[in-house]
Amino acid sequence: MPKTIQTHANHKLLYKSPKGLNEDLIKKISEEKQEPEWMTEYRLKAFKLFTRIPMPTFGPSLSNLNLDNIHYYIKPQDRIKTRWEDVPQDIKDTFERLGVPEAERKFLAGTGAQFESEMVYHSIKKELAEKGVIFESIEQGLKNHPDLFKEYFGKIVPASDNKFAALNSAVWSGGSFIYIPKNVKLDLPLQAYFRMNTENLGQFERTLIIADEGADLHYMEGCTAPVYSTESLHAAVVEIVAKNNARIQYSTIQNWSENIYNLVTKRAFAYSNSEVVWLDCNIGSYMTMKYPAIYLLRDGAKGEVHSLAISSKDQQQDTGARIIHGADNTRSNIISKTIALDEGISTYRGIIKANKNIKNAKSKVKCDTLLLSPDAISNTYPQIKSNSRDFTIEHEASVSKINEEQLFYMKSRGLDEDEAASQIVNGFADPIVKRLPMEYALELNRLMEMEMEGSIA
Amino acid sequence: MPTLEIKNLKASVEDKDILKGINLKINSGEIHAIMGQNGSGKSTLCNTLMGSPRFKIQEGIISLDNEELNNLSPDKRAKKGLFLAFQNPIEIPGVHLPTFLRSVVSEVHGRIDPEKFIEELEKNIDELNLKKDLLHRDLNDGLSGGEKKQSELLQMAMLRPKFAIIDEIDSGLDIDALKIVAEGIKSIAKKHNTGIVLITHYQRILNYIHPDFVHIINKGKIIKSGDKKLAEDLEQNGYIKYLKDA
Repeated sequence: MPKTIQTHANHKLLYKSPKGLNEDLIKKISEEKQEPEWMTEYRLKAFKLFTRIPMPTFGPSLSNLNLDNIHYYIKPQDRIKTRWEDVPQDIKDTFERLGVPEAERKFLAGTGAQFESEMVYHSIKKELAEKGVIFESIEQGLKNHPDLFKEYFGKIVPASDNKFAALNSAVWSGGSFIYIPKNVKLDLPLQAYFRMNTENLGQFERTLIIADEGADLHYMEGCTAPVYSTESLHAAVVEIVAKNNARIQYSTIQNWSENIYNLVTKRAFAYSNSEVVWLDCNIGSYMTMKYPAIYLLRDGAKGEVHSLAISSKDQQQDTGARIIHGADNTRSNIISKTIALDEGISTYRGIIKANKNIKNAKSKVKCDTLLLSPDAISNTYPQIKSNSRDFTIEHEASVSKINEEQLFYMKSRGLDEDEAASQIVNGFADPIVKRLPMEYALELNRLMEMEMEGSIA
Repeated sequence: MPTLEIKNLKASVEDKDILKGINLKINSGEIHAIMGQNGSGKSTLCNTLMGSPRFKIQEGIISLDNEELNNLSPDKRAKKGLFLAFQNPIEIPGVHLPTFLRSVVSEVHGRIDPEKFIEELEKNIDELNLKKDLLHRDLNDGLSGGEKKQSELLQMAMLRPKFAIIDEIDSGLDIDALKIVAEGIKSIAKKHNTGIVLITHYQRILNYIHPDFVHIINKGKIIKSGDKKLAEDLEQNGYIKYLKDA
């Protein structure tokens, strides 16, 4: 059972919806955001789908998730009214030890006022605007770029995709809208970080990224600090379009507090010779179900999913990847690294599909698990559905424990047992971590060390 | 003068007695070659000295400067100045060799400035004629047999131990690689006055490293000790002569 976190909500909330979901509430959300009619209708249609689509029939049990006991809309300025004193001590301790600046801590804990990087963000935004880049909140995106928005919104992940995509489509709030014009290449990662003070850390955020032909973008979402939320459900949707010759890397580090069900739908459409990389690191939450998908739609498209999941205590990380090879000469590469400690359950769940008559398609899947306690569990469910005769797939899977000989070797050089084990674990995660921007990689390593302290059996 | 002393050491692995009473005394700067056939107890001796949990001491004492090491974990032994160059260094994927080395040098000798550390590392690679590429490699992962031995040597040079146990470092090396490694051991030992326990099956490496003492080990006991001539005799006449005598 997820831990219940007691909070004392500030009673001056401007607007916090009653628990549960109905059509009136959805109309109210849409009205509040002054949306065009089509969006209101879209939300209502999605709500109908949500009520009809059953819970997922695979994966960990969601029977303890009470969907009637959730606030589906909290205006962002209200969401940040949790009192700092009420944030659990272990989360405060983690901030302290990660060296998260004071202002950020308050924001991440949901108590912050204005985040101080506002100024930084504005100067970056100006630079981006000169290149024609659009980097706005999803609400601004709808308002300021209605045609572009409508062309893609809900086209990659339709509301009917699954129950939680339907839910998100009905109640979405917050998230990013990004458009990179033709042949514009951004050298530095765009970081959701700079937009924290708007509403990036919502429960039902929605992100839409369009990279036009030849564009290049690395989008960085999340951070290593634990994100504390009083609401127990996070159901986000991320839609990505990589047009011909574009390249997008979408990196995520998520460390939700231990009461959260993190049920996210992420999908990308990849066109000719484009490349999409999902880099997904999941550390916290009570339960995560997330399988970033790439549809390789045109000749020569390439997709990669690199994921790292750490499950400790009684957490379940049910993660993986879904790739559809829908055209000739398409390539996919999946590397999944899972670490399970305490009584954690780590599962890789992947689907690789090759459509009929496609030629010269190749896929490579590598799943490695490191079990750090006798009670930890790891599962691997790779599914391959090929209708093509010209599709090759390599699948490799390994489950290992920390090896006694490795420990002896490192100890013989002067490291104590904990430090040796921690270096071995960091080494295990390194193929994923090294793809992150340096500062995130360092933070992530530090966080893994903390997760592991005293956990190694 | 620092001394590594082994008194009546008896040790077992998985309830099988391997070492049956080893006596040795090594002073700083001395080179002791321990020669023996497969199964004579050479590797057990190395691993027991370094404190591998697989090996249990049944009797006897290992001491460094009169301080007993028997109950110290391998990391504490390393901090006292003991080093083991492994015969088959195990791969640890994703752990970057220089990063690892910096962490262990800091553990053993105190914090070291990152820039100074890299300088030191490059200097050692240069002086010992090692591959510069080691700076970009992981800990034994993806390294060839020869590169692994070079990595062991580099670690030894950076850790500057008082005593180094070198377990069949000559195995699997061609003549050029062997020369580099042998010269390296000599130069480190000379620079830091390190006492060396050189374990080997063959006399070959002793053409490059001239030991002060040679010991023959058989069935867990040292059956004969002598100087360099003993090794030469062994090379000409084989182990059989001494095994008969024992």
